[in-house]
Amino acid sequence: MISPATLTELRDAVLSAPRVIAVGAETKPRLSAAETVKISTRPLSGITEYEPSEFTFSALAGTPVREIIAALDEKGQYLPFDPMLVEAGSTIGGVVASGLSGPGRFRYGGVRDFILGVRFVDGLGRLLRLGGKVVKNAAGFDVPKFVVGSLGRFGVIGEVTFKVFPKPESTFTLQMPFSSEKMAQLANSRFEIDALDVLPGGETMLVRLAGPAKALEVLAKEIGGEVTDSTVWRVIRETPWSFKADITLDQINDFKTAHVSCGGNVAFSNAPPPRGMTLRGDSPLWIGGRPRFAIEAAVKQALDPQNRFPTLDD
Amino acid sequence: MSTALDRLAALLPPERLLVRPVELAAYESDGLTAFRTRPLAVVVPETTDEVIAIVRLCHELKLPFVARGSGTSLSGGSLPIAEGIVIALNRLNRILKLDPAQRIAVVEPGVVNTQVTLAAAPFGLHYAPDPSSQSICTIGGNVAFNSGGAHCLKYGMTANHILGIKAVLGTGEVVEWGGGSRERLGPDWCGLFTGNEGLFGIALEITLQLLPKAECFHTVLAGYCTLEQAGDAVSAVIASGLLPGAIEIMDALALEAATAAVHAEYPPGCEAVLIVELEGPHEVVAIERERLDAILSASSPVEMRPARDAEERLAIWKGRKSAFSAVGRLSPDFIVQDGVVPRRRLGEALRRIAEMSQETGLRVANVFHAGDGNLHPLILFDGREEGALHRAEDFAGRILRMCIEMGGSITGEHGIGVEKRDFLPDMFTADEIDCMQRLRAAFNPLGIANPGKMFPGSEAPSLSHVGLHPLEKAGVISRE
Ligand SMILES: Cc1cc2nc3c(=O)[nH]c(=O)nc-3n(C[C@H](O)[C@H](O)[C@H](O)COP(=O)(O)OP(=O)(O)OC[C@H]3O[C@@H](n4cnc5c(N)ncnc54)[C@H](O)[C@@H]3O)c2cc1C
Ligand SMILES: Cc1cc2nc3c(=O)[nH]c(=O)nc-3n(C[C@H](O)[C@H](O)[C@H](O)COP(=O)(O)OP(=O)(O)OC[C@H]3O[C@@H](n4cnc5c(N)ncnc54)[C@H](O)[C@@H]3O)c2cc1C
Repeated sequence: MISPATLTELRDAVLSAPRVIAVGAETKPRLSAAETVKISTRPLSGITEYEPSEFTFSALAGTPVREIIAALDEKGQYLPFDPMLVEAGSTIGGVVASGLSGPGRFRYGGVRDFILGVRFVDGLGRLLRLGGKVVKNAAGFDVPKFVVGSLGRFGVIGEVTFKVFPKPESTFTLQMPFSSEKMAQLANSRFEIDALDVLPGGETMLVRLAGPAKALEVLAKEIGGEVTDSTVWRVIRETPWSFKADITLDQINDFKTAHVSCGGNVAFSNAPPPRGMTLRGDSPLWIGGRPRFAIEAAVKQALDPQNRFPTLDD
Repeated sequence: MSTALDRLAALLPPERLLVRPVELAAYESDGLTAFRTRPLAVVVPETTDEVIAIVRLCHELKLPFVARGSGTSLSGGSLPIAEGIVIALNRLNRILKLDPAQRIAVVEPGVVNTQVTLAAAPFGLHYAPDPSSQSICTIGGNVAFNSGGAHCLKYGMTANHILGIKAVLGTGEVVEWGGGSRERLGPDWCGLFTGNEGLFGIALEITLQLLPKAECFHTVLAGYCTLEQAGDAVSAVIASGLLPGAIEIMDALALEAATAAVHAEYPPGCEAVLIVELEGPHEVVAIERERLDAILSASSPVEMRPARDAEERLAIWKGRKSAFSAVGRLSPDFIVQDGVVPRRRLGEALRRIAEMSQETGLRVANVFHAGDGNLHPLILFDGREEGALHRAEDFAGRILRMCIEMGGSITGEHGIGVEKRDFLPDMFTADEIDCMQRLRAAFNPLGIANPGKMFPGSEAPSLSHVGLHPLEKAGVISRE
């Protein structure tokens, strides 16, 4: 294990061995299980820039998300996609590389929708900055988005820049029996639902509203259901699921034992899904295969010509 | 080249293979009318299979191609290549699927932006990205440029609404990434493809996320004595914790032009007008509008005009969206610039632009997405005047350098295209540009997909004039 403390040391670390991979808090061990020298990003930690007036911050890859959430909270801001396993110590680099978002991704989008820029070391050992530091930028290819979910296979992330939003004044959680019609109806309603999940078992649906408390009370009455403690979302966020699948609403009945998030678009489970990705345990990384195109190898070759990092199949 | 034309003739009927100069004329330039090139031919496929066959033929013959939607690019993105072909995608204009339960639409690339929202409207849904050219520009063009609009602050740009892409790459390979789900596994290929400016290949089918239409809007127009006061009001709104759908500013010259063009009425004696729009359930908007009105009242406006009904709201947006074309009518020629600065430095940026305007003796109008720090200065000049074009371009270049120096970007939504190629090295290091070149080469190893765009060092095409897009002259579209 190499533990670089600066971006220059991170670059040296990448060049120090023929096969390397970055790890954060290793909260998701399966995703970095390849046989390689591990580069821990943990000492590479700290918020490097935070401008509340810009709705942006930059942080080194090893920064615990917990720290970021606390700093944002002080200024009344937040990352709306509910990063997961925060209390277990997830790092911001790990969140980006694993591309996992929590229930809050329903309203404004996930990690990919909030990342603005990235500094990373490619397989040639070059420290590169792509994307930008402002909320809007269309210059050059959108490599920051590509890094989301890339599992450390194309480069090591050193620093990321994110967009943030003002934190809603309050939240309100309702619980009600699940039906896919009701879910579709709420998802396409005037209420601007903040999160919409189904608990394992497929019986109970959770609805979160966010905004001014006085308005939410009125909306909640109209929506109906039973008022529930908002801490339920913390439990969902901190649960170490073993598998993740991307689904659509019409497949929801095949995922009855899973926790279904984001209005029926994601399933987290402890039993292998028919098709999906392994987060922990010994199962193959990809379950039920994944689409493969020649361009994937060509892009890998472009960013990592010497195969310093494992491939998506390792 | 006759072999290329012969081979194309084998793929398409003669009426969809345009080679005569009169037929090619309409395709010689895009919204950046300063540049003009006559292509070898224009092909007009009607199916995705035809597009794939054409791209594979181009690959085989090393024949350059430029995909084209409606040709409204403002950076020369759809400018043809003299020795290559234009692939016009307007006839691939089918909405293949609209699923209200999943809240998605699957469309062909030639579908016009507003058509998606029109098709979704009966289900209470809409497609959020709203470039001012939305009544004419295509989803394919939006994907290639990651286009924005007035409502990016809350819901983001085109890329934030793309769930799936089927494309034919510059290698001839056909790929399909993502699909109906809002989540995905593994690297974000759709994210990488969006904003590629036509250098990776051609999007054939695009899955779009649709959002419920907001139930209620609260749109306020506030007039100020100075631009700086309007800028300060933006900072106050941002600091308040509200998240408006849009925050826009127009300066005096833009107001004058909009008044003349669409009879928009603004508070008299204002140097700047600010537009702020809240949206959401009426119970939420009722509470937030009180806060917004209090913040704006405290920002010393000359006058505040909340829209009282849908009609008044539309009138505010009509004035805003017509402003650019309206300014264009004040001058024989103009350059529209697109740059981004950190929001807190907007006031400083506008001051410096005003100074540059004084120095160069060229008038400039500002209409911009203040909430995003996305400036759109419009530099007015008369091309018949000796050296005027050169001075205007110089001015535009100085604005871009200022954006970089302030930590912003050389483009917020119009892309690099031909126009800003030479500024790429001001924003990125040689290694970073090399990394992007390597990516381009992976998707498009022969360099046949939209060559000469985005990267510096390519041969400069010929300059003619700068001004209104032909469709703007005809009053079909207007710009921001
Ligand atoms: C058991 C488990 C279950 C989870 N379940 C869920 C879930 O149900 N839903 C959900 O949304 N999220 C889930 N997560 C996601 C979790 O919140 C984030 O993925 C986590 O924050 C990753 O951060 P980390 O620092 O622990 O990364 P690690 O576990 O150390 O690494 C994760 C991956 O990212 C790569 N990586 C890490 N840092 C870098 C870097 N600097 N540069 C490049 N690559 C890097 C690693 O190589 C590895 O492939 C789960 C995580 C775990 C551990
Ligand atoms: C009056 C006016 C107002 C405007 N307002 C805005 C605005 O508010 N916000 C904004 O962001 N932009 C704006 N624009 C710029 C322009 O409208 C956008 O860039 C738009 O997305 C271009 O769409 P198009 O169909 O005209 O594309 P084209 O101009 O035809 O093409 C643009 C680029 O996309 C490529 N392309 C086209 N189709 C495909 C495809 N299927 N696959 C791959 N590549 C493809 C082309 O090769 C070219 O590089 C405005 C332009 C005008 C003239």
